[in-house]
Amino acid sequence: MLRLDKLTKTYKTGDQALKAVELEIPQGQVVALIGPSGAGKSTLIRCINRLVEPTSGKVWLGDTELTELGAGALRRERRRMGMIFQEYALVERLTVMENVLSGRLGYVGFWRSLTRRFPQKDVDEAFRLLDRVGLVHMADKRADELSGGQRQRVGICRALIQDPALLLVDEPTASLDPKTSRQIMRLICELCAERGLAAIINIHDVALAQMFVARVIGLRAGAVEFDGPPDALTPDVLTTIYGEEDWVATIDKVEDEEDTLDPEAVA
Amino acid sequence: MTAADTEIDSLLGRKWRKPPMIRRRWLRWAIGLGFVAYLIAAFATIEVNWSRVYEGLDRGGAFVMAFTSPDFTSRGSDIWAGMLESVVMTVAASVVGILISIPIALGAARNIAPLPVYMICRGIIAVSRALQEIIVAILLVAIFGFGPLAGFLTLSFATIGFLSKLLAEDIESMSRAQGEAVRATGSRWAQWINYGVQPQVMPRLIGLSIYRVDINFRESAILGLVGAGGIGATLNTAFDRYEYDTAAAILIIIIAVVMALEYISGIVRARVQ
Repeated sequence: MLRLDKLTKTYKTGDQALKAVELEIPQGQVVALIGPSGAGKSTLIRCINRLVEPTSGKVWLGDTELTELGAGALRRERRRMGMIFQEYALVERLTVMENVLSGRLGYVGFWRSLTRRFPQKDVDEAFRLLDRVGLVHMADKRADELSGGQRQRVGICRALIQDPALLLVDEPTASLDPKTSRQIMRLICELCAERGLAAIINIHDVALAQMFVARVIGLRAGAVEFDGPPDALTPDVLTTIYGEEDWVATIDKVEDEEDTLDPEAVA
Repeated sequence: MTAADTEIDSLLGRKWRKPPMIRRRWLRWAIGLGFVAYLIAAFATIEVNWSRVYEGLDRGGAFVMAFTSPDFTSRGSDIWAGMLESVVMTVAASVVGILISIPIALGAARNIAPLPVYMICRGIIAVSRALQEIIVAILLVAIFGFGPLAGFLTLSFATIGFLSKLLAEDIESMSRAQGEAVRATGSRWAQWINYGVQPQVMPRLIGLSIYRVDINFRESAILGLVGAGGIGATLNTAFDRYEYDTAAAILIIIIAVVMALEYISGIVRARVQ
């Protein structure tokens, strides 16, 4: 479904963030991308939807090659790739509803979006998604009134209302507490399963990644260092990705206690 | 004993001072002494004609005393007409200036505009800021003749330089992530500006606009002195006729209006955060 072919990014400073990365992700697979800071994780997912322009290589989304697209075609393809951000990246002075509906910008014309007159089915879908993440009562609150976990759930709604085939998720739990982090990861993975979405999730927390995903990719200095199931992440593998450290505690199987998403508890 | 141990031993017990801004001692003293010497020399060149000051004190006193008996009535209709003209000039120039400023500000923000557009817009801003209002007004009065049209055009022109520059700087310091998130949805450029940029800079735009209305009103009082219409023209006439009581009345009105605008702008700015 998504295929990266010798994807390379060299920044103007000469730093090679990605070194000919080859990757293939089938329909509906959720992949965690781990690696030390500066390994190129953010660059990798931003090169897919071209928020960062790749220097060379190809990105195939289904049958479409993305790196050669003109501005209009790129906009249309971006609709198929929902993105969830570190620090949420909600537009803080817009309401929750406006933030969610901004996920439809690629589908509606300028005047409709300017006057906030979105098609009824978009508005219905926005309410449905907000209800799904337990925030329907917050629809008309301004985004900066929400807590971190709530903001990230709005971010998830914004990505999903695009009706994407692929989710690009950049450090979704970076500024959340451990319990909220799990809830957010669980929510993302559940929604991907419900909708058959593929996802690439950049994540620092190796144990959290192991808990939720079927496949882990380790990136180091812009190259794929590991690609396999979460169980195969041994201390030796982590050392090749991150460098020497005592890894036993990190990958100790964390029992997944029953803390299913409870909107009241985190509201 | 290792090298690190000897280093810490030599540091302990030693006084610590913040390193001076200019490291070289002779340069530090040279700059300081040079500045003081220049200051003394500069003051020495200002000539003061004390006998002239003594004569002038009377006139100054009369002017100040006029504030105790401001005359709003005998030139009342002139004052009213001048005020009305100033208000019209201010409102029209502010609206036109702000409308033109917004696209120029977008073009002058490096994080939004490509380099050629950026250079052009920054150029427009530089020209607008380099030319002082009075100079522009004199030029425009020469072209369009006496009256409020020249004043209106001058203020519009000055508003562009002021508002575009400050708004562009606000756009440049906006949160990149919020804009990126909107772009990632597949939005068009105009939608990106409307959803990703505008909400972030709106409070600043409103605050600056109100501030500029305030400045434009004050400037309109000055522009009259060079013939560009408004309350300044009335004020100038009053001075020419030595009607200090009328001049005092006009100045009191200007001060009142500026204070009222200041008060309103404070309220509005607090509301739009």
